[in-house]
Amino acid sequence: MDNVTLKQGTNNTKTITPVITTNNEKICHEIADLSTLDKSLINLLQHGVPVCERPFEQIANELGSTEAEVIRHLNELKSSRVLSRFGPMFDAVYLGGAFTLAALSVPEEDFDKVTVQVNAFKEIAHNYRRTHRFNMWFVIATEAADEIEKVITSIEERTGLSVLNTPKLKEFYVGLYLPV
Amino acid sequence: MSDTTITQEKPTLTALERQYILLTQNGLPIIEKPYHHIADKMGISVGQVLALTNDMLERGIIRRIAAVPNHYKLGYQYNGMTVWDIDDEQAEKFGDAVGRLPFVSHCYLRPRHLPQWNYNLFAMVHGKTPEAIAKYRGQIKELLKEVLVTRNHDAGQQVLTQSNDMLTSTAILKKTGLRLKK
Repeated sequence: MDNVTLKQGTNNTKTITPVITTNNEKICHEIADLSTLDKSLINLLQHGVPVCERPFEQIANELGSTEAEVIRHLNELKSSRVLSRFGPMFDAVYLGGAFTLAALSVPEEDFDKVTVQVNAFKEIAHNYRRTHRFNMWFVIATEAADEIEKVITSIEERTGLSVLNTPKLKEFYVGLYLPV
Repeated sequence: MSDTTITQEKPTLTALERQYILLTQNGLPIIEKPYHHIADKMGISVGQVLALTNDMLERGIIRRIAAVPNHYKLGYQYNGMTVWDIDDEQAEKFGDAVGRLPFVSHCYLRPRHLPQWNYNLFAMVHGKTPEAIAKYRGQIKELLKEVLVTRNHDAGQQVLTQSNDMLTSTAILKKTGLRLKK
């Protein structure tokens, strides 16, 4: 696993560790079989969890369940990866580093080769194949903005393709809710 | 094409905030008293941990404390990156409205690169069927109809005549999680 050592200021060294979870994974998954309590928990907890000493007791009261049952079900949902995460969602900018979304228009016959070339960069965090003339979309994550430029130049040299760089200019508050 | 990278301000964190992030970025333990667990690790009281949590929430360092479901496991197998060419002067107002739609998971303004790329608003949508995400795209289009840009057809050039598009993902080529590490 590659680690990117980041130096911020004089004595503040930190590292972003890319945790590679998937490679060339096709988009198809088993749909989870969920109990009524599971569904209620998923629906309620997406909106947020109260900040208090015993949040699961409060949730149990709201759902007419018990703290122990809520904790058991949530741990099961987490271990079966129905929940990919439970806890504070941090604004990525506070985790350090710079990010951009970028794309390539890859000739079909070169797609596999270019995938290997692009994924080889440790700064590539996500990479998706998409239906468009720009058919490869990836997130570049580095310590500083000027490193983004270097990675883009290297990708262009390596692949012989021109990178479309679309860094975020403004991010909007999102109200995603996936009811079950 | 890569001259528009913006420099993001690098916010500074206090030692406590940094320690809090390091301890919780992989999640809170699902136990009776999760904040007591954090307090023990940080060597401060649970009251201080709760106050710190509320303060970080108010300042936007923490967006929310919540469960994040796996879209796919809940049957939301389809996603579309909808992209829109909208009037720059109205972009912030309408981007904000699009972000608030319940089926949108990310919403950003990004730079155009004419003539190859004329879209400045990106909104990711999730649904259980291809029809669902097509419907969501339609709802966004309805919301944006008055601010969509019409571009002239430029014969012989690589023309950009569409005011919007939806790019669906057909394969995950790489996926990593980013973590702050001591």
